[in-house]
Amino acid sequence: MIHTTIIMLAVGIFAGIAGAILGIGGGMIITPILTLGMGLNIKYAIGASIIAVIATSSGSTIAYLRDNVLNLRVAMFLEIATTIGAIVGALLTGVLDPKYLYLLFGCLLVFSGWNMYRKLRRGSEVLQRVEPDKIAAKLKLNGTYFDKAEMKDIDYQVENVPAGFSVMFGAGVASGLLGIGSGAFKVMALDTFMKMPLKPSSSTSNLMMGVTAAASATVYFFNGAILPGIAVPMALGILGGAVIGSRIMQVLPARWIRIVFIPIILYIGFEMLFKGLGVHF
Amino acid sequence: MAQKPATTAREMAQVETIIGRILQVGVIFSAIVMLIGLALFLVTGYSGYEGDFVPRQMGMILAGTWQLKPYAIMMLGVYCLILTPVLRVVVSIYAFYKEKDHLYVAITTLVLIILLIALAIGVKG
Repeated sequence: MIHTTIIMLAVGIFAGIAGAILGIGGGMIITPILTLGMGLNIKYAIGASIIAVIATSSGSTIAYLRDNVLNLRVAMFLEIATTIGAIVGALLTGVLDPKYLYLLFGCLLVFSGWNMYRKLRRGSEVLQRVEPDKIAAKLKLNGTYFDKAEMKDIDYQVENVPAGFSVMFGAGVASGLLGIGSGAFKVMALDTFMKMPLKPSSSTSNLMMGVTAAASATVYFFNGAILPGIAVPMALGILGGAVIGSRIMQVLPARWIRIVFIPIILYIGFEMLFKGLGVHF
Repeated sequence: MAQKPATTAREMAQVETIIGRILQVGVIFSAIVMLIGLALFLVTGYSGYEGDFVPRQMGMILAGTWQLKPYAIMMLGVYCLILTPVLRVVVSIYAFYKEKDHLYVAITTLVLIILLIALAIGVKG
C-alpha cells in the first residue's frame, strides 16, 4: 500500500513536469506505466489518465496565468470547438470507424512534426507579419507573453483562425471518440496552424485540456473507473510536478522544448498511423 | 466591439490574476482534501469499506467523509479536482464581465453551456 503510494507519487511528479512543459496531458506517460508496468486494467488506467490531465492542467495553469504566458482569449474561443467536437465524437461512437481518424490524425501529427523541425532549422520562434490577420484582430487573439529565458516581452500575432478552429474541433472529436487526451493536437493547432510561439501554445493547450477532460472525467468518476488508492497519490504527485514544470518551462529556451517535442509528436503520429493501418507490434 | 488594443494587455493581466487566484484556491483545497484522505488511509491501513469497494455516489461519499472514511475523503478530493476546470470557466465569465469585454462574456458563457450539455449527456473519452 505504502509501496503503491510512493510509486504513484513519483510517476505523478514525472508526468506532471513533462506534461506542464510540453502542453500534453500525461496520458501517454501514465497509461503505459499503469497497464504494462503495474498490470492494471485499461479501464482504471484511462480513469487515472483523465484525472492526470486535469491535475496537469490545473497545476500548471496557476503559474501560466500569473506569469502571463498563456492566451486566455485564444483558449476560450477555441474551447467552443473542442467541447462541441467532444460531444460530436461521443455521438459518433459506433457510427464512424476510428481507423480513419487514426489515419487522419497520424498524418497531421507527422506533418506537424516535420513543420516543427523546419521551424527549428529556421531558428526564429516568432512570426513577424506586416499585415495583421483580420479575424484574429476582431477576436483580440493577438497577444504578448513574457519569456523568462530571454527576459523580455514577446508580442505575437496569430493567423489561420478558421484552420486552427477546425483542427481543435477535430481534436475534440478525437478525444470524444478515441478517448485520448489530445494535448498534442492542441499544441499542433496553435503552433503549426495558427503560428503561435511554442510557449504560449504549450501553456494554452494545458489550460484547454482541463476543460475538455472535466466533462469526460465526471462520467468516469461515477462509472467507478477511479481507484482512489492509485488516482490520489498520482494526482498529488502531478500537481506538485506541474507546479515545478510550469516554472522550468518558462526559463527553458523555446528551442529546447521544441527539440524534446518533435520526437514525441512524431512518435504519437506514427503510432496512430500504424493503428489506422492495422499494424501491430 | 470597440477596439482598444492599447489597454487590452493590462486588462487581460487583471482578468488572468483573478482567475489564477481562484483556481489556486480550488487546487489547494482539493489537494488538502486528497492529502488528508491519503494520510488517514496510510495510517489506519483501512479504506473504510469492505474489500475493494469504492464509494462513487455523491451521497455515499459525503456520508463517508462525515464518518472520516479514507476512501470517501479521497474520492471527495478527486471530485473537487475534477471541478476545478469548470470553476475556471465560471470565474472567467465573471472576470470578462468585470473588464466589460462582452464578446468574451458571450464566448465563455457558450463554452460553459456546451460543457454542461456534455456533462449531462455523458461524453466519453
